[in-house]
Parts: sequence; C-alpha cells; structure tokens
Amino acid sequence: MSEYNFDYLDELEAEAIHILREVAGQFEKPALLFSGGKDSITLVRLAEKAFRPGKFPFPLVHIDTGHNFQETIDYRDQMVERIGERLIVGSVQDSINDGKVVEQTGKNASRNSLQTITLLDTIAKYEFDACIGGARRDEEKARAKERIFSVRDEFGQWDPKRQRPELWNIYNGRIHKGENVRIFPISNWTELDVWNYIRREKIELPSIYFSHKRDVITRNGQLMAASPFLNMDNEDIVFNKQVRFRTVGDMSCTAAVESEAVLIDDIISEISASKISERGARLDDKVSEAAMEDRKKGGYF
Amino acid sequence: MNILKFFTAGSVDDGKSTLIGRLLYDTDSILADQLEALQSSNRKNDDGSIDLAILTDGLRAEREQGITIDVAYKYFQTEKRKFIIADTPGHIQYTRNMVTGASTANLAIILVDARNGVVEQTIRHSYLVSLLGIKHVVVCINKMDMVNYSEDVYSSIINKYKDLAKQLKLADVNYIPVSALKGDNIVQNSVNMDWYKGESLLHFLEKVDTDNLDKSQLARMPVQWVIRPQTDELHDYRGYAGRVLSGTFKVNDNVTIIPSGATSTIKRIEFFDQFPDAAHAGQSVTIHLNGDVDISRGDTIVNASALTQDTKLIEADLCWMDGRALDTSITYLIQHNSKTTKCKVSEILHKVDINTLEKHDADEFKLNDIGRVIIKTADTLAFDLYDDNRANGSAILVDSRTNLTVGALMFRAAM
Repeated sequence: MSEYNFDYLDELEAEAIHILREVAGQFEKPALLFSGGKDSITLVRLAEKAFRPGKFPFPLVHIDTGHNFQETIDYRDQMVERIGERLIVGSVQDSINDGKVVEQTGKNASRNSLQTITLLDTIAKYEFDACIGGARRDEEKARAKERIFSVRDEFGQWDPKRQRPELWNIYNGRIHKGENVRIFPISNWTELDVWNYIRREKIELPSIYFSHKRDVITRNGQLMAASPFLNMDNEDIVFNKQVRFRTVGDMSCTAAVESEAVLIDDIISEISASKISERGARLDDKVSEAAMEDRKKGGYF
Repeated sequence: MNILKFFTAGSVDDGKSTLIGRLLYDTDSILADQLEALQSSNRKNDDGSIDLAILTDGLRAEREQGITIDVAYKYFQTEKRKFIIADTPGHIQYTRNMVTGASTANLAIILVDARNGVVEQTIRHSYLVSLLGIKHVVVCINKMDMVNYSEDVYSSIINKYKDLAKQLKLADVNYIPVSALKGDNIVQNSVNMDWYKGESLLHFLEKVDTDNLDKSQLARMPVQWVIRPQTDELHDYRGYAGRVLSGTFKVNDNVTIIPSGATSTIKRIEFFDQFPDAAHAGQSVTIHLNGDVDISRGDTIVNASALTQDTKLIEADLCWMDGRALDTSITYLIQHNSKTTKCKVSEILHKVDINTLEKHDADEFKLNDIGRVIIKTADTLAFDLYDDNRANGSAILVDSRTNLTVGALMFRAAM
C-alpha cells in the first residue's frame, strides 16, 4: 500500500464491519450467535467497531448445551456485563425437558447435534430473520463453499445447490417470512488470522485456550476433558496432562491438545507449526467425509 | 503484508483443481489430518500418487462426479502475502458461478492445456475476465510434461493468445509454462524448462502489484447505517457508517449527498477509538458532517468535485443467473451497494456468443446468457461506469417473487 498503511488484518476487519452493518441495514430482527469461543468473541469486537458509540442492533444469543466449560460461561457473563448488551440463552436442557430432543446414549453420546433443534426453536421463538455466526471457510470443505449471506429455508436447511450468487461486495438478504439468513462476517479469515487479530486488539479470551493442567481421558485417539458429561466407564483411565483447547464447543465433543502455550505469542507459533487443522480436534466432523455438509443441510450453524 | 484475491478459470480437464492443490501442497498449506483424509480417499492418480484435485471439491456431488459445481474459496499464505483463491467451475453451464468468483478477484489465472492450445473455453474464460474488468491475467500453459516441455509448443500458444488479449483489451497479461501435476514452475522453477527465464507462478503472485491499476480516485461512501446513540451525553451524535468504496475523504472536504444533492463538509472521521484525518478506499469508518443534512441508508456521500452519473437510464452488461428467463415486462429490484430500488430491463441491445465473441440480436435472456441491455431505475443511483470505478459500477438484479439474485450488472454508459 502506497500512502497509507492498510494491511491484511485491516482489510479483513473492514470487510467484516461492512458485513455487520449490512445486517443492521437489511434485517428487522437479527441476532449474533455467541458461543464463548474465540471466533464469536472476535465478532463481538468487530460489532463494537461497527456500531459504537451506539448499541448493537442485535442481541447476543447463546445456544447452551448445558455441557459447557465453566470458564466459558464465566467469561460470557463478564463480557456481557462489560459491553452492556442483551444476552438470550437457548437451552438444550429445556429442549430435552420439553421432549423435543432425546439425549443420546452410549460412549460417544454428545449434545452437539441436539443444538440444532434448540437453535431452530430459539430462532422461531424470537422470530430472528438473521443469525450472525463466526464460521470460517478455512475450517472445513463444505464451509469453503458457503456464502457470506447463507439463506436457510423455514426448516433451517442449507441447500448447497441452490445458493444465491454473491457478487462484488453486494449481499442479497431478501427472504420470505419464515426463512432466515446465516451470516458469516469472518468467512475469509483463517485460524491464524483470528489469532493475529486477537493479539493485535489485545482481546481477552477464556482461560481454557491457554495451557493448563487438566484431568483427561483418551477417546478415539484424542484427549477429552474428564467430566460428568462424558459417559465414562472402567476402561477409561483418567490422567493429568498439560493441555489447551483450540476450539470451544460442548465438553463432550471438544478435544484438548497437549500444549505448553501460555501466551498468545506461544499459541501463534504453535499454530504456525502445527500439522493438525483446528477441526481435527472436533469429533463431530470425523463421522464421514461429508459430516459438516450433512449437518448444515439439517440446520446446523 | 496484504491480500491478493485471484480466481482460476479452467476445467478439471485442464488440471485446474490440481494446480490449486499443488499451490496449497507445495506451500505447506495442507495440514496432516486433511492429508490423511486425502490419502485414505479412493481417488488416486494413474501412478498411485495423491489426487490433489480432491482438495478443492467440497460438496458430495462434486466428489461423486469429479467436477467443480460451485465456487470454493481457499486460503494460503506465504511470508509475503495472504492469498484468497476463488476456485470456479469451467464448464459453460456454470458460467454464473465463474462470474461470481471473478467479481471479487484482482487477478485471473487462465489455464490452457498445452496439448490443445487456445480453444473455445479459453476464449470464453478470457472474455469473462475482460467483462468483469480484471486487469491482471496469468495464462498458465499447463501439462507441459505431456508435450516434452517443448518451447515451440509454448511459443505458438502464447502468440495465439496475444491476439485474443489484444481483441479483449486485457491490460496486463503474463505467461508461464507449468505442469501442475509434476510441480514445474508452480512454486519452484522447473528444471525441465531451462528456456523459460521468468518466475514461477507463486513468485509472480507474491510480487504482482495490483494497486496501481485497480484503484479509482473518485471518493465514494455509501451510507449503510446511521449511528444515533440517543443517550443524554450523546444527544446530538449522528454518525454515518459505511465503507469507503474508492478514493479518499479528508476532514474539511466538500461533499455532496446523492441522490438529494445536499452539500456539506466533513467535520470528523471516526473509527472506533480513533479520529483519523482521512478515510481511504477499503476502510469501514463513521463520517460526521457539518450542519443539518438529511441522510439515511442508501444515500451515498461523494466528493463534491467529482459527482456520480446522474440518470435513471443506464446501459449495462448483464449476466443472467436464474433458471427463469429475463422478463422485460416485469419490475425487478436493483441492488447497488446499500441502495435498493425498482427497475426494468427496458431493452435488450444484443447478446454475446461467449464462445466466439459474436454479437447477436436477441429477444430472450436465459441462464448464463450475457449481453448489453438498457436498465431503467425508479430512483437515481449514485453510480460510476464500471471501467472507471469497478466498486461503484456494478449492481445485482433481484427477482422480488423469489428473492433470488438473478442478474449481475456492469454499468457501461449513462444515457
């Protein structure tokens, strides 16, 4: 860049802010899906840059599986207090109590897939017409093909063959009643971009992203945090390890990685050198080659 | 470090997916678990090596049919740049997907099979590159390994392509002989082609300067959102939030609001916790103006010394993107940056046969058709011509019955 300094993080940031403001301008009742993970935390910072000193034109929505890391919930509550915005919680436990979903059984039981129903019910209850999410195209091959404005039918389904062309920086958010649009402002960011941005902006994160000692067991070749939410039996041997988490999801499906990284700089060097992709630590993607595509078609984030 | 967005035109038969796979593979952008999934896949090259093309096929149907249907975005980075690849399908029935992928790119890679040379598809892809105003082109003559790395074959292909580039007025065309399958001249310079003195594809992509040709000086900012906190301490706060499309705005600049024609001066530029003196193309900022001006979403702030076109009749190139044909009797919506208004396609001037570049009279406009039309808009749009300002010279057509994006428009003349 010649006369002013506008580097790749500035460009990604400006694009994301533009997308968030399009959401504000085009929709009646948008929401920002907040998981407590680094990507949605990044979205909150971008929303501050898009709308301050005004209020956010949307509430934060947390789809709570009830199987969270306590650190994430503490972080969420402190952050909501700091930014002074509204938080709506959609509870998977409520969906189970209401008989809308049935808890999985067996060793690999997880509430991850149950979230979809709670998400769709929450969207219907509050009549959200747009849901902003922190998904990125570098995460997974089905996501690599998804639009920034991704239209879902009234059943929440994504139809990869009927996606609207998305041209230049023009986003078509027009929908019929009952449909909604999932919006991904950081589609063009990579995992490393997110970390570099968090470092640059000095954004605070939940402590589980950094190296700590934790009781774990081995499940399908991966380290899982020992917790009452895992169906453990006598074959599972609990041991203590120095670990951290690369993504923050439900405790029953998010694997830890061995790590000594205590600072963001350590994490960035670790990721730069890493040979395992971020979603490699997610059991939910390992079911089949098209696992994510199938879940998205069913209404997943 | 900055970002280069490029798109690749070509079909699987030309080795397009293999080329992208090779770029990712040779820059260490494929991670171990992805590689493992790749190795365990059933698709292999004839010699048993990994089929790198699988890396870019995202959807189940694409893997089953071995073709690319939709645009896939891929990311990699070197020490010099971050790269965003729009991997687009090459077949004629997916022209609209290629137009989509090309719309955000600064550079196009056109793949030519060394065995076949410049063919109908090459003409079509090059036409789309010129239509979408992509100024930088790299023609990769691929599969050089299949023609014994022959310099003569390479030279005769580029001579032929030069005629095409001249006809299409492509501004900056570069040629590289490669073999994506074997890795020649993709990341490393090839040992099989001593006669080629240029750079490898990756080195070229790392250093190509896309600033000088792509930037318009016309200062434009469509207003997306008006920030009004309406609190006691910020009672009179009115900030116009938007992304500067092109040019530069400075504090104290005289500006005009389109379409109202109201004028003002810039009081302050705000970006979160900063108050810069200027806002440049690409930046998302908040602008404060002096005096009372009535501005809402859909209005555009422009520099008073360079106004936008002032007409409701626009001559434009149209690429039709819907299964339902264009109907010149109905009203569509036109979305131009943050502004949406009604419009009609009042006349079809001609259609282009994109395989031969011949123009034809036409009564109908169907999926993937491209041609020149006249658009009549209900409200005035604050537009520039596409050749002068790509960011402000484009729009989409939306069918209000289905809400689908049915057309891509590039403004060519004000009438």
